[in-house]
Amino acid sequence: MQQRNGSTVQVRNLVKRFGSFVAVDDVSLDVSRGEIFGFLGPNGAGKSTTIRILCGLLAPTSGQALVYGFDVAKEPERVKQSIGYMSQRFSLYDDLTVEENIEFFSGVYGVPREKRAERKAYAMKMAGLEGEHDRMTRLLAGGWKQRLALGCAILHEPPIVFLDEPTSGVDPMARRQFWDLIYEMAEGGTTVFVTTHYMEEAEYCHRLALMYKGRTIALGTPAELKKQQGVGSTMDDVFIASIEREEARAQ
Amino acid sequence: MWERIREMIRKEFRQTLREPRMRGILIVPPLLQTIIFGFAVNLDVEHVRIGWLDDDRTAESRTLQHGFAANRTFELSREASSERVAQDMLDRGEVQAVVRVPPGFSRDLKSGRQAEVQVLLDGSNSNTAAIIGNYAASIIAARNRELLQDRQREKLVGRTQNGPVLLRLPAIEPDRRVWFNPELRSRNYFVPGVIVNIITLVTLMLTALSIVREKEIGTMEQIMVTPIRPIELMLGKTIPFALIGMFDMLLVTGIALLIFHVPLRGSFVLLGCASALFLLSTLGIGLFMSTISETQQQAMMGSFFFFQPAFMLSGFSFPIRNMPEPVQWVTYLNPLRYFMDIVRGVFLKGSGVDVLWPQMAMLGIMGVLILTFSAMRFHKRLD
Repeated sequence: MQQRNGSTVQVRNLVKRFGSFVAVDDVSLDVSRGEIFGFLGPNGAGKSTTIRILCGLLAPTSGQALVYGFDVAKEPERVKQSIGYMSQRFSLYDDLTVEENIEFFSGVYGVPREKRAERKAYAMKMAGLEGEHDRMTRLLAGGWKQRLALGCAILHEPPIVFLDEPTSGVDPMARRQFWDLIYEMAEGGTTVFVTTHYMEEAEYCHRLALMYKGRTIALGTPAELKKQQGVGSTMDDVFIASIEREEARAQ
Repeated sequence: MWERIREMIRKEFRQTLREPRMRGILIVPPLLQTIIFGFAVNLDVEHVRIGWLDDDRTAESRTLQHGFAANRTFELSREASSERVAQDMLDRGEVQAVVRVPPGFSRDLKSGRQAEVQVLLDGSNSNTAAIIGNYAASIIAARNRELLQDRQREKLVGRTQNGPVLLRLPAIEPDRRVWFNPELRSRNYFVPGVIVNIITLVTLMLTALSIVREKEIGTMEQIMVTPIRPIELMLGKTIPFALIGMFDMLLVTGIALLIFHVPLRGSFVLLGCASALFLLSTLGIGLFMSTISETQQQAMMGSFFFFQPAFMLSGFSFPIRNMPEPVQWVTYLNPLRYFMDIVRGVFLKGSGVDVLWPQMAMLGIMGVLILTFSAMRFHKRLD
């Protein structure tokens, strides 16, 4: 569809202020189709705020962001038709069954009737919950719940998916399985935006932006970033050095 | 569009009806309130305990005492030996009134002068005190009439050649209970009012709480990133509670008719239509509460902050015409006031649209205004 310069997400000088607090400070980036783009940074760095702006949930204070060619400030509803979003909290209804959650989100996403059954089966399989239709969502363990949340977020087959700390509070095994799903989606041509504060997850991304105090302080592939830092560096080194540079610059 | 709304409604009903606590909220408060107002709340005054302080101690004072004792409104608790004791009885709430017959009562009566009886009332509940005062006055007045009749009779009984002739005086017994149609009256008055109470509470609270709950658990954010339109989201979040409000209206009406035999003299269809109009306001306010609340506690507090004064000023228990004028003006902004008028009018007076159209028009106008205002505040953004 509408893509410019081959990228599906274009961000230019994005700023978001809450009163006097600058949550997102002049962020610019481009993400192309099928890419897994990571936002790495400590809590409060502005990762979630940026993602929420890109999802049309928050209005930017200044700057521009195009998602799938639509301006998030002017056409947030068009943006919403092209994206899937999964927040940190695996926002499912605990008091509905697995199947009822899927049916509800299919309905509000406007999945065509004839595709519902197929998408439902896909989501159930993806979550590893085949045959568990009537299971209450509240009774699911973290990993299953997380995968079901992802399944519910992509029922309408969005070309871009935003995942806000999708693996927080999930055990390493489930985290690994979840990343397999992310790779699967990316191979299928879906653009995946993911925020994390786990260093090892940063390595899984095709490209990364390090965020600190609202700014992107480093941007590149994990290999590039480590190489810049010096031979034998780890992501941890990159991260710490970047923050130190930023602190020095700020002073 | 309807597809999405239907999905929202289905989800809302599933959640509401699955939770035993929520199911309880739909049924128990209407039942409880109807029963309380039907059985327990009785403004008719009965079994009033009174003390008796007789400083005259004559046949006349005792006759008056019998008059009180024979009346089923009063129960003579005990005689006070002195004013101090009488005071004490009132203070401790042992009696609600003390009747004091002053010395010289009998002498005054016999000499044809005005004889006085003092009634000391516990005024802490002014309403009851006034009613007790009225009853006491009516008993004293009755005794007064008897005395007058006796006096008249003495004058009219004259001697003829054939012996004494008794002339019969026409005695008109006044009905002392014109004001207080015992038992039935307050029940008929209050039970229909419960409809107003329940619809307001259920629709206001459930709407506000269900939206804020989704904010709390994060699903609201999830819904906001879907292509659902604000109007669809709003309708999806209000229609279920409108239906539940209607269900509760039917429930209360059913109990009122079947258990309490409250007359429904007007049209049920009119009652239904008026309820629907009224719902616009309460749902709108519920929606508004959800836009200013981040947590369920806040939503709860906000709802009560509106509900309590609105209910007090609805005319449910305190007649609006008795309120100070500025307060009366405020009640014109209260949708509950109009709905209360309609409900009582339909139930008790059998009023139709020809009489109630101004109230219905006001409900319609207020409902549309409130809903529009809330809808404008209700958008799919987090900031």
